[in-house]
Amino acid sequence: MNYVLMIAGMAAVTIATRATIFVLGDRVVFPPLLRQALDFVPVTVLSAIVVPLVVAPHGAGLEITWRNPQLVAAIVAVVLCALTRHQLLTIVGAMLAFFGWQFGVLS
Amino acid sequence: MSEATPLSSLAAGARDTVPMMVGAVPLAIIFGALVAAGPMAIWHGQLMSAAVFAGSSQLIALGLVAGHAGLLVIWLTTFIVNLRHMLYAANLLPHVAHLPARWRWLLAVLLTDETFAVMTGFYYRHPQAPLGHWYFLGSAGGMYLNWNCWTLIGLLFAAAFPGIQSLGLDFAMAATFIAIVVPLLVNLPRLAAALVAGALAFLWRGLPYNLGLLAATLAGIVVGMALARHRARGGAAQEDAT
Repeated sequence: MNYVLMIAGMAAVTIATRATIFVLGDRVVFPPLLRQALDFVPVTVLSAIVVPLVVAPHGAGLEITWRNPQLVAAIVAVVLCALTRHQLLTIVGAMLAFFGWQFGVLS
Repeated sequence: MSEATPLSSLAAGARDTVPMMVGAVPLAIIFGALVAAGPMAIWHGQLMSAAVFAGSSQLIALGLVAGHAGLLVIWLTTFIVNLRHMLYAANLLPHVAHLPARWRWLLAVLLTDETFAVMTGFYYRHPQAPLGHWYFLGSAGGMYLNWNCWTLIGLLFAAAFPGIQSLGLDFAMAATFIAIVVPLLVNLPRLAAALVAGALAFLWRGLPYNLGLLAATLAGIVVGMALARHRARGGAAQEDAT
């Protein structure tokens, strides 16, 4: 893949979303339906990326088993984050669970 | 702010954004480290932070590259993820509409979630600040320098430890995304939207160009909106009954 082209396109798209309103002013109107849809973008996009990574880490079939360190550590992350709501603590705790499971329990 | 000058406003904007800068540090380091451990060159990572300057879409792009997504899917996902900037811009527009075009371009290109939060607070406290655009530039420029410096540190750190990839560093991305999503799941429509998007993304992961990710995202959004509307109507009906 041409990564420079990829980055240039991402930059163009991002600048378009940021600058359209500031440059064109009030001529852009937002339908309420779109406004409501945007509210669901972060949770859906991120879940759509995370779930396949965690339940099928090798890109093949489902690996719903205690021998899948990604799955075990992801469950730890969800529980930690639900209890503490602390981002950094969740990431560090999940990484420790991931490495601990991979090198401590499974090997 | 009795004797506000452009320079003092610039400094105040940067100072008031420091907590947000600290919050962005782990994401920038993880982004840099993931680039260095992946198929892209080190300088691609710095170029992306300099040219795109949007943390979540940069991390998502890495996930898509790892999943062998096509260019069009990466660009479309970037667009959907960054559409929220239009809402921010619409909210801030009354405060920048009087500025010359080059100022509006500059502030728009540097607009992020963090600066939007800081500027919302600032304009609430100072609705008539004549030097508000300097404060805006201080906040946005501070975020930009901060993001690029910590990206570089992440890139160099992972490049110095080449074995880091075999440790399964890509799980750091999954952990980061979980830490972003879980606090947002505050109601049933959002929870349902997340579950539907996740499950369908797995089922549709074989679609060409990783289009399954976009389709799953849209399906999740539709389910979430349907539930939110059903709830709003149910709540109104209950009020009518009492």
